[in-house]
Amino acid sequence: MDWQWDFTFEVVLPRLWEAAGVTVYATVMSFLFALLGGLILMLLKTSRFRLVSFVAGEVIEFIRATPLLVQIFFLFFVLPQFGILLPPLTTGILAISIYNSALTAEVYRAGLQSVPRGQWEAAKALNIPTHRVYQRIIIPQSLPPIIPALGNYLVAIFKETPLLSFVAVGEIMHASKLIGSQYYRFTEAVTIAGIFFLVLSLISAVGIRAVERYVNKRILH
Amino acid sequence: MTDPKIRFEKVTKRYGALVVLDQLQFEVAEGEVVTIIGPSGSGKTTVLRVLMTLEPIQDGIIWVGGEPLNKMWSGDRLVPASEAHIRSVRSRIGMVFQNFNLFPHMTALENCIEAPVQSLKLPKSEAVERAVELLEMVGLDDKRSHYPSQLSGGQQQRVAIARALAMRPKIILFDEPTSALDPEMVGEVLTVIRELASAHSYTILLVTHQMGFAREISNRVCFFDQGRIVEQGEPGRLFESPRNERLKLFLSKILQA
Amino acid sequence: MTVRIAAIAALTAFLVGLAVATFSELRVFLPALLRGAVVTIKISVLSAFLFWAMAFVTGIGRLSKIRPIRWTCAVYIEVFRGTSLLVILFWFFFVLPEFGVLLSATAAAVLGVGLNFGAYGAEVVRGAVAAVPQGQREAAVALNIPKHRYMLRVIIPQAIPVTIPGLSNLTIEMIKATALVSAVTLVDITFASVQQNQIHYRTLDIFLVTLMLYYCFAQFVRFGGAMLEERMTRHLGKVH
Repeated sequence: MDWQWDFTFEVVLPRLWEAAGVTVYATVMSFLFALLGGLILMLLKTSRFRLVSFVAGEVIEFIRATPLLVQIFFLFFVLPQFGILLPPLTTGILAISIYNSALTAEVYRAGLQSVPRGQWEAAKALNIPTHRVYQRIIIPQSLPPIIPALGNYLVAIFKETPLLSFVAVGEIMHASKLIGSQYYRFTEAVTIAGIFFLVLSLISAVGIRAVERYVNKRILH
Repeated sequence: MTDPKIRFEKVTKRYGALVVLDQLQFEVAEGEVVTIIGPSGSGKTTVLRVLMTLEPIQDGIIWVGGEPLNKMWSGDRLVPASEAHIRSVRSRIGMVFQNFNLFPHMTALENCIEAPVQSLKLPKSEAVERAVELLEMVGLDDKRSHYPSQLSGGQQQRVAIARALAMRPKIILFDEPTSALDPEMVGEVLTVIRELASAHSYTILLVTHQMGFAREISNRVCFFDQGRIVEQGEPGRLFESPRNERLKLFLSKILQA
Repeated sequence: MTVRIAAIAALTAFLVGLAVATFSELRVFLPALLRGAVVTIKISVLSAFLFWAMAFVTGIGRLSKIRPIRWTCAVYIEVFRGTSLLVILFWFFFVLPEFGVLLSATAAAVLGVGLNFGAYGAEVVRGAVAAVPQGQREAAVALNIPKHRYMLRVIIPQAIPVTIPGLSNLTIEMIKATALVSAVTLVDITFASVQQNQIHYRTLDIFLVTLMLYYCFAQFVRFGGAMLEERMTRHLGKVH
């Protein structure tokens, strides 16, 4: 094994640092869109119209049963054929958002279902209007399971962003690959990329646990 | 009985093939305290749940204070009730659940003002004033800023009673209010219910296994079996000289336990 | 049972699609995709065995009373859960040779995928073992059964059926994750469809077939998992 420290400091770290910005940007944007998309899919799936809820359910199932990478390639190749020309980063964020929307939809649904039926019954017996029941009784109580689950998906999305290197988005994995093919040295770049993901994931895990405790204490006492 | 407060007219409730209420005829007069007893699965809790509109009925009409609950007048015809109609009739009924069903993310006081503010549109100050009075009445004014998880079962159930009363119902339904409680906490809840019953301003329907209590506070006891009232009457008579065989069997089992 | 219906529907749709494809112009890219599918299946099966084995060994090791075992398992789980699979694959294939360990593409892919999902599976196994009621342990102590015996004969047999839904979900995730193995020069379905797309420019057809194939694999695993769970829990009766 030979690890070259000057190569690490002069070439690898500056380039990975730049690429880390793209990774973080892609993660945050994908997460925000997935939060919104999941909400829409969940509402469609719980729609009163059978056809709408059936189609939404099947779409969710199909998205979940197929690999994100294939979906990224599919959007990347198919959108231009319909005249939609987007930068690779935008296409990538779109694909990750759609994929994770199908997953967050399930988080929302499970969270709402975790609220005991007795809460609905008590609210109904007290004649509280339906939208108020959601706003004041159901949604606050569904947050303790939902928030940590969404936090886990934030970390999952973060770990999915390296897939964007397959369509030449300049995130951290792509930068490592480029360094590798340019200097015929993978060791430093790939190892540092791995440590970057590991450290941020571990920090996030601790953060999620703290948020989980806080939300539980704050809402359910 | 001139104008019964509650009237079930041939009410049928089914879960799939299982008939829970079988063409039930049942009346409760204004100010009356009626206890419903019966073996599990006899439909006694279902009577309260359909009256509270927690579950739909398949056939029949329920009348509350002379107004249909599950139907409404359209000219002189009865049509299925709209949500607004159900809400207006339902506002006269309050319910206390076996498992309390307090809102865990709200304090005792917040539990008692939530519905008056959201549903009756009372100003918050007025709702708080009334809630404090009710918490005092159930002996919990010192616990008003406690959360349900910080209260004992008996205390939670007393908050739940105050919460139901905060909506100023005319009719109160108690669904096995002491079944989920440890034995030493049953007394404090029964004391509160006893007070309400002796006030005579409420019509009360109670489902319970506490036969002594039923006998003490009820004007009438109804024995349910297989979705029907098999026998009913003044509590002293019903408990001392039951006529129906199944009631005799039921009472002997309960009294042995 | 909805799973059964979904699986049968998916399989039928796939076979009809295949028949149509064989007798149409789709013939030009289908053989390449199916060759890719064979690679995907091969990597999936090999990785799955590694994944399940690691899940049980480290999931149970994580609960060991012996500190070095417990810590080794914990480090393995955190490291392989914390990094991205693609980075792991690259590391195994391009960096390990620097340390004198030369892996074939298949070996790197199987190790990467298997070890990554083994770490996720360990959490499932740990949860299942922890979920065995305390009373079972107490009964074993009361009957004076030796510790390692009751772990093997009482706890683990009860934990296995509980792990099946979680592990079958992870197995589906794992098959999807094999789409990344082109990073180590393997030509699986995903990479085959990218190549075929570059040759024939029939993006919709090619990728729909690819997505359908993955969908069928997923339904197949879900179906198998549900059957296995039914078989293993049949004699337990309805507890709830």
